Amino acid sequence: MREILIDCLLVFAVGGGFCVIAQLLIDYTKITPARILVTYVVAGVILTAVGIYEPLVKLAGCGATTPLTGFGYSHARGVEYAVRDRGLVGALTGGLSGTAGGITAAMTCGFIAALVFNGKPKT
Amino acid sequence: MNLDAKTYQNYVKAYAKKSPSPKNCIAAFLVGGSICLLAEGFYRLYLHLGLAEASVRILTPVTIIVLTAIATGFGVFDCLAKFAGAGTLVPISGFANAVTSPAIDNKAEGLVMGVGAKMFIIAGPVIVYGTLASVIWGVIYYFLHGRGIV
Repeated sequence: MREILIDCLLVFAVGGGFCVIAQLLIDYTKITPARILVTYVVAGVILTAVGIYEPLVKLAGCGATTPLTGFGYSHARGVEYAVRDRGLVGALTGGLSGTAGGITAAMTCGFIAALVFNGKPKT
Repeated sequence: MNLDAKTYQNYVKAYAKKSPSPKNCIAAFLVGGSICLLAEGFYRLYLHLGLAEASVRILTPVTIIVLTAIATGFGVFDCLAKFAGAGTLVPISGFANAVTSPAIDNKAEGLVMGVGAKMFIIAGPVIVYGTLASVIWGVIYYFLHGRGIV
């Protein structure tokens, strides 16, 4: 029970921490939200490449995989797996395979939502 | 009133609205942390139900994406995002909202140039730069792996 509580606190703190860093960037540097998303994904790839992100995922679970840096982590893990599996060609296929589930789910949900819902009238 | 540039700047600074950053940061921390905790809950639930870990790793973000799309459609997500700022932007919910929201709003422009094209207005760059970074890492990894370094 105690272990689960500590795990949850770690998930919350690490996930929330990623959001606070982004909030500070938005408030103090006027970086647009779109640039934050791009920066976070690329940062996730770099942090995984240098070996920092994997331990963070082991420590904080979904606190590390749910933020967009986790998307970069999936890119990097996917490409590592593909390169081990089929050599240099894997560099071209692995990144997208690693994130295929998320991207496809977002596209599918976005499309269905567009069919079901109507945009809010601009006020 | 004679003011040199520096005095004027200080004068403006004193009267300018204080940045609401501390409050924004607390909101971002609480909402962002909660979304990650929700994901962790689903992750453990799926494992508990006996699904393979490789599938759970995919299903967990997909669950958050589905929930976000529904919340975006009903207009609930926008309200939460206004309060939470980066708290809803940074988790995978921000990516899902960036796809769903323009898809719904640009429905009138048609299924191809409206829904199909506009859903990538923010998600597109995210996918492009993430993939480019992975290609670079893939090539480096290939040489490191070949020499037995990683």
